[in-house]
Amino acid sequence: MLKDQDRIFKNLYNDMGSDVSSSQKRGDWVNTKEITNKGRDWIINEIKESQLRGRGGAGFPTGLKWSFAPKEVGSRPHYLVINGDESEPGTCKDRDILRFEPHKLIEGCLIASYAVQAHVCYIYIRGEYFVDGQKLQVAIDEAYEKKLLGKNAAGTGWDLDIYIHYGAGAYICGEETALLESIEGKKGQPRLKPPFPALIGLYGCPTIINNVETIAVVPTILRKGGKWFASLGREKNTGTKIFCISGNVNTPCNVEEEMNIPLKELIEVHAGGVIGGWDNLQAVIPGGSSMPLIPKEKCETLTMDFDSLMAEKSGLGTAGIVVINKDQDIIKCMARIARFYKHESCGQCTPCREGSGWMWRMLERMSKGDATKDEVEMLGDVTNQIAGHTICAFGEGSSWPVQGLLRHFKKEIVERNNLDPIVQKKNNIPYLVDQHLLDKKNA
Amino acid sequence: MSLRRPAKNQPENFEFSSSSLEDARKIVSKYPQGKQQSAVMALLYIAQRQNDNWIPLAAMKYIAKFLDMPYIKVYEVATFYTMYNLSPVGKHFIQVCTTTPCMIRGAGKLVEACKEKISENECELSNDKSCSWMEVECLGACVNAPMMQINNDYYEDLDKEKTLKILDQILNGEVPKPGSYRGRINNEPENNRKTLMDYKNA
Repeated sequence: MLKDQDRIFKNLYNDMGSDVSSSQKRGDWVNTKEITNKGRDWIINEIKESQLRGRGGAGFPTGLKWSFAPKEVGSRPHYLVINGDESEPGTCKDRDILRFEPHKLIEGCLIASYAVQAHVCYIYIRGEYFVDGQKLQVAIDEAYEKKLLGKNAAGTGWDLDIYIHYGAGAYICGEETALLESIEGKKGQPRLKPPFPALIGLYGCPTIINNVETIAVVPTILRKGGKWFASLGREKNTGTKIFCISGNVNTPCNVEEEMNIPLKELIEVHAGGVIGGWDNLQAVIPGGSSMPLIPKEKCETLTMDFDSLMAEKSGLGTAGIVVINKDQDIIKCMARIARFYKHESCGQCTPCREGSGWMWRMLERMSKGDATKDEVEMLGDVTNQIAGHTICAFGEGSSWPVQGLLRHFKKEIVERNNLDPIVQKKNNIPYLVDQHLLDKKNA
Repeated sequence: MSLRRPAKNQPENFEFSSSSLEDARKIVSKYPQGKQQSAVMALLYIAQRQNDNWIPLAAMKYIAKFLDMPYIKVYEVATFYTMYNLSPVGKHFIQVCTTTPCMIRGAGKLVEACKEKISENECELSNDKSCSWMEVECLGACVNAPMMQINNDYYEDLDKEKTLKILDQILNGEVPKPGSYRGRINNEPENNRKTLMDYKNA
């Protein structure tokens, strides 16, 4: 288990309060000026050395991303945008940072803004987190009052204004370009990349977009050094991460742990074990609903980081772990996830708009046993038609969980669905293609 | 995608009240000159708050004029985002999360409770027209599942009985206390905390 002194979010459970003075006791805002005085290149190099990877799901190296910002500010201003549109089912880490560690985030914003030369920072928070957003607003107001933001913020000589922009219930706005569209006051439909936001982003200006957790860990990394952060976890998967463990466990919780921690340890130690015991485990979704599920056999030895999960054809994503035990119907669980994606598709690309609903309807029928055998193959085919054929990664996100189900639980689906409408008319299912043949006498 | 239609009965006019106007001006000032369109989402929220939790078409037209943008662009935004209610939902709007992490911890029971207390179908006003409920997608409090949101507040760690009690309070005009209903503190593992113990006891 990670030692307490190595934990970054010491107020994860709000034992101490989230105002400036109690945050200062935890080390925030103590020597911000000294950090920025070391210069942009030092900050970016230190972040590169820490091998910090974005905590929003894709795991892109943060230092590298910052270095994409133009070195000189031209005619267009630079922007920093913080992505707090946390909507991935199974994930609720950013909410705790917004309400309990707001000053880690605000200080991170100041340092990151300085590093990418932005004077304005927008924090995009999902509309449902209104109460938590208000708590962040209180923290921002206090920071202005104490001269930690605004002109010559925290004595660094850098001017920074932070504004909160609330979303309104669209999952897709967690995609960075959709988020920019949303801030510009449009429908949240993703843009084509390239051009990448680092060059042409918000209002056509260079924009760096980072997740809340990524930015919130930056001040601590710079204080303790990139080497310290890199010493946790393993090569290329360094540092600590907030894991959200939900589903069929005895004590669901958020906990900050070292990267590469065994999944079994997370579930058994922190989450109090699977309901009904470890043997009652059916499958685990390791990184938010977009990531393919992992069956029990592999959970025994699985470690939680970007690369080891990639090797299992899944991913760490946002580290929202959903534990599903044997009391649940796995096909129904996945059908519900497919319904989520059907509801949240932005409707821009046809494969995703039509395919997400198609997958949901098929899975709903499969959970009831109302599908034919060849439809199982067809379902796999539909997922392949979506993944990789859309503007943004939503196509992959919606089809991966279904592919994961087919990869590991195909036997269950086939056993339940052995309908053969040509030979025996068992059920009247109008949407089966061959049904009309049965209705004709001579067919 | 979700299907969203404006209500049939629409008021003729809509105008910001003086306090709404003040809020709206403050929000427009957050964005660069000439980019006032960015404020449309926040202004729709203000209109929704002022108009008993829903946005009439007249408000969209008003906002379009206010921000000097085409009406259709405001309409697009209002119909794209699901948190803008296009028809009356009552003073207390109850949203029950039923996505997988909540579903496997019994969100179905919460839906049953809503059906018993409020209305048989979702998006249907209760008898006294004070509230309505609907199933929504993940609200981002998965470790506190099952949960529901009433207006802005989260009610977490629920079961059917607790939900019935909360709904009773709502129907009687009281405001139940938000947060966990199993008495646990925020997102910590209930009675199983193993980290940051020095701070807990501090």
